[in-house]
Amino acid sequence: MSIHRRGFIQIAGAACALAKLAKGANTRWAMVIDQQKCLKEENCDKCIKACTKTHNVPEIHDRAHEVKWIWKERFENAFNAESVPAVLQGKPVLTFCNHCDNPPCVRVCPTQATWKRSDGIVMMDWHRCIGCRYCVAACPYGSRSFNWSDPRPYIHELNSDYPTRTKGVVEKCTFCEERLAKNQLPACVEACKAKAMVFGDLNDPQSEVRKALGSRFALRRKPELGTKPEVYYLV
Amino acid sequence: MRDRGIILSGLGIFLVLITFPVWWDIAQGKSSKPPELKLPVTAKQCVAPVEFMKTSHMQLLVEWREAVVRNGDRTFHSYDGKTYARSLTGTCLKQCHENKAEFCDRCHSYAGEQGPYCWDCHVDPAKLTLRSSR
Repeated sequence: MSIHRRGFIQIAGAACALAKLAKGANTRWAMVIDQQKCLKEENCDKCIKACTKTHNVPEIHDRAHEVKWIWKERFENAFNAESVPAVLQGKPVLTFCNHCDNPPCVRVCPTQATWKRSDGIVMMDWHRCIGCRYCVAACPYGSRSFNWSDPRPYIHELNSDYPTRTKGVVEKCTFCEERLAKNQLPACVEACKAKAMVFGDLNDPQSEVRKALGSRFALRRKPELGTKPEVYYLV
Repeated sequence: MRDRGIILSGLGIFLVLITFPVWWDIAQGKSSKPPELKLPVTAKQCVAPVEFMKTSHMQLLVEWREAVVRNGDRTFHSYDGKTYARSLTGTCLKQCHENKAEFCDRCHSYAGEQGPYCWDCHVDPAKLTLRSSR
């Protein structure tokens, strides 16, 4: 059978369209944080506590050694903003891994211990991490922490359903992929009584996150870097 | 052949000396005794045949690890048609081998296999109670 130029182009076009369709059917996990709702209770740290407990995050108070999955940052620092509305100036904003569409940490990892899943989660394989800390240097959001020492003495309440990490391994938020696998929401979202954190599939037009993003103006952190974060802040 | 006696007795002494650790252990009564493992009380069937697990549990665990972490595939269909969660702590320890120290550790230390660092990260639930009671 011979194939002519026109036939080849037709088949190639159909294949590309199919591939795009298949890709469009994918899940694209994202988080939306409603800054107004979050600021109503400024001293609330339920989400941080829930995350720490669920994932055995060590609580190290030495800033040089601390391990952070989700934490609070001053608004103007998180967004690198030149001008900040007075209502947000100096106020805390929740920050964690942005699960970027174009993650610089993934590009630099020499062992593919961190990689981007088809549903958008920037995942980590702690078995494979060699502790080179390239990803820590590459992440422009400071979302990755290195274990300079054995973290276990700093974990106050060990959760046996989730592993700890060990000395020499980098860790970060995984969007609770182990909970998503069981059709549960991320621990922080579940813990937020003010419903300031919304989690869902951006590719689903009916999803909570899509509706939240349609409701108000949203910011992403450091958009000029082209990392395309999947964490949005309603301001 | 004049030195036959000297050579043979020398060889004999050499053999005794080189096998000394074996004799010593036999004399102490601790050699060649396989470790006494504490088998699960309730569960009677492992996720794979016992013979396979004895020789290849490490390969199985590595396959589980790859499946869960890299492919997000958490369900294991065993040879006898049952399904299990691919989880070292959740399935292996919590459902069967509640006493890791008298099962995993005992055999590993007998075999001189101190290598696997699974427990640097994965949590042994038995140790958890020990820790909180302290």
